[in-house]
Amino acid sequence: MIPLSWYLIFAASLFCIGLYGVLVRKNAIAILLGIELMLNSVNINLIAFWRYRDPEGIAGQAFAIIVFAVAAAEVAVGLALIISIYRRRATVVADDINLMKW
Amino acid sequence: MSAEQIIFLIVAAVTLVAGLSVVTSRNLIHSALWLILTLAGIAVFYVLLDAGFFAVIQVVVYIGAIAILFIFAVMLTRRVMQDSGSQSNSNWWLGAIIALLLFVGIVLIFINWQDFATLQPELTNSSGKLSELGLALVSPDQYVLPFELASVLLVAGMIGAIFVAGEKKR
Repeated sequence: MIPLSWYLIFAASLFCIGLYGVLVRKNAIAILLGIELMLNSVNINLIAFWRYRDPEGIAGQAFAIIVFAVAAAEVAVGLALIISIYRRRATVVADDINLMKW
Repeated sequence: MSAEQIIFLIVAAVTLVAGLSVVTSRNLIHSALWLILTLAGIAVFYVLLDAGFFAVIQVVVYIGAIAILFIFAVMLTRRVMQDSGSQSNSNWWLGAIIALLLFVGIVLIFINWQDFATLQPELTNSSGKLSELGLALVSPDQYVLPFELASVLLVAGMIGAIFVAGEKKR
């Protein structure tokens, strides 16, 4: 039997790896990859809590499905923005996209 | 150590190594391919958690759609950062410290929680689970509002993506 703690520790480490990618990478697409890792680790947590704490309920699964939908919408819009910026300014480096910086 | 635990440890190690490769690999195509391995490992965890439906969604939506979308985006924007120069910014040590501190903080909070090492409770009549989920998502006194909101969000995201990335006619 796997204790709940293993899943939580694993999800926490995956979340921190994703956070590192978001904070550190220069390429905007790589930043989105980091966000995907973070969303996935959150989903593992949701499903693990559902399975260990409330397997009779439905809330955990419903919540995870919403996270899936939000992740799909997020990545579609994010990549569209990056491609649009690349067309206009020929760069995907997050530091160079500073038009709205004050 | 039971077979489940051994499977968990192997898959967890592979997934974490793949995740680290996603954030450190110099070539973005390699990053996207490592992401596919990470997502597949997470699908195995869903199976271990008796959520087979989510393993299927994970493969179809994440590996089938999102990862492929990433690979297309990398190919469309490739020339800019082709393997020259550093892939991480000058404050990478700060990012590493923040991520490490967050991990230590999460673990400290978990250790002080007395239900941390709960074991899996037995599932009762697990066969009806998927139909229950489907009914709950459309029944008015449960989750129909979040469900419809998610549909509207997906449509809005789709239209927005087409509008933003589409070629402008001049």
